[in-house]
Amino acid sequence: MIDFFHQLFQPEMSFLHLALVLGVLASPALGVIGTLVVTRRISSIAGAGAHAALGGVGIALYLQRVLLWSWCTATVGAVAGAVAAALLVGVVSLSAREREDTVIAVVWALGMSLGLLFLDKTPGYVDLQGYLFGNILLVTKNDLWMTLALNAVVVIPAVVFYNPLLATCFDGTFAVLRGVRTSLFYLVLLALTALTVVLLINVVGIVLVIALLTLPAAAAGCFTRHLWSMMVCSGILSALFISAGLLLSFYFSLPSGPVIVLAAALVYVIALFFSSRRRGEKSSAGGN
Amino acid sequence: MPSARHCSKGSGRNDRQMDNIIEVENLDFGYEAGSLTLENVSFSVPRGSAGCIVGPNGGGKSTLLKLLLGLLVPVSGEIRIFGTTPVAAREKVGYMPQYHKLDAAFPVSVLEVALMGRMRRNFWGRYSKADRIAALEALDEMGIADLEKRSFSALSGGQRQRVLIARALAGQPELLLLDEPTANIDPGAEEQFHGALECLRKRMTVLTVSHDLGFVSCGNDLVICVNRFVSLHEAATFTAEAANAVYHHDVDMIKHTHHCFCNCTGGECHHD
Repeated sequence: MIDFFHQLFQPEMSFLHLALVLGVLASPALGVIGTLVVTRRISSIAGAGAHAALGGVGIALYLQRVLLWSWCTATVGAVAGAVAAALLVGVVSLSAREREDTVIAVVWALGMSLGLLFLDKTPGYVDLQGYLFGNILLVTKNDLWMTLALNAVVVIPAVVFYNPLLATCFDGTFAVLRGVRTSLFYLVLLALTALTVVLLINVVGIVLVIALLTLPAAAAGCFTRHLWSMMVCSGILSALFISAGLLLSFYFSLPSGPVIVLAAALVYVIALFFSSRRRGEKSSAGGN
Repeated sequence: MPSARHCSKGSGRNDRQMDNIIEVENLDFGYEAGSLTLENVSFSVPRGSAGCIVGPNGGGKSTLLKLLLGLLVPVSGEIRIFGTTPVAAREKVGYMPQYHKLDAAFPVSVLEVALMGRMRRNFWGRYSKADRIAALEALDEMGIADLEKRSFSALSGGQRQRVLIARALAGQPELLLLDEPTANIDPGAEEQFHGALECLRKRMTVLTVSHDLGFVSCGNDLVICVNRFVSLHEAATFTAEAANAVYHHDVDMIKHTHHCFCNCTGGECHHD
């Protein structure tokens, strides 16, 4: 085990190896967040966060190269952009529910526009394609440490606060009546979703990241009966999809993001087919 | 079949002091400034009553329920539940929402749902053994203890509605608020539901929101009519004329929409 971790952080690790390790390390957090995103139906907020991350990247790279703020890296920008966007949408949806989808669309497009504008005015080469569709060459060893930290802030609270979390996701109104601080849970969930999204941008890209977040959880949801088993199952599926997709893309020289997402989508469709057949049998036998 | 285990205690309703559990005074509420959904509402509900909240769609029934639960704050006026604010009284209030407003595909078991009724204001939200026992007893009281391990999403509408009542009961409330309990369930399940409700009314104050005026005659003693204004009637004297006054048009549905399934004699529990 120790040897394995030692190997992980060797300086000469290949980019494929690095991306593979990142994908597998991210899968516990991905399982938890993906499940919550699917059951709380906030995938469009995750999408807005991902696209706003590009705005953050654009502004950060501009500040770094034009104003020479060396600390202002692309990662800092992506995290700030995604978290700010997710929290903005969250606060709006908590205060005025009916305008939520409009705000999501605005934040989504605004993030992209800001990002494209600032990247255009940033001197030097910027791999826009890499941000949009993923580029595993962009994965660094720092990302591995960030992934471990993300697992700590996602998985530990999910285990510790499992009951109030379950009550909040199942029936928020009732949870409020039982004294659960659902708004706090919701905003923390949005912030953690944004962080997860940012971490996966290098692997699958901004455009495809929502698919990687939701497909494993949606597939897991077809054959699990508890929130916790859905989380575990979706984490395992995430690890499988990412590794299978990366290996396939490497051996057949295909872009990694689309291959990962297509593998996940294929499994989801199969799972959906079998679960709807099972449900069909049940409802014809049991009635309403 | 619902068990009759908890139905024998009929003491509650008559020998308890008839103090008011709900007191609403001069309440105004509107979602937007300038237009009131509820206007100048004053009424009180004595402990042990069985009340039915009726009124047309959009008349403010759900709004009134949310105000009683402290989910909405009145523009002016006052609400006291158990002599305190709705928020402070929540521990003693059980609430059952309409099942079809919840996600039908959510991965959760029946026992897990019932346990949510035991959630307390502790930091971790862990359940004790006493919580499990109370949740199982509540499921048993609703006649669905055998479904404990089943997935909530695999149940029929009537079963889901009873799981949600069990969740409200698991918190051992003194006031039970039911939102449209018979909407979207089949007639057989509705009959069972009325039997179960009859038992609950012996132990606690029960207010039921219903769009269905036929529900009034099912063992209720109070009728709370809500259509922007609120008026309180005795169920025994609630007539078609009174209903017309609330709905502002002829209500002949009282006669033939729907008949009541339960044997509402107010004494024994009839189901086995």
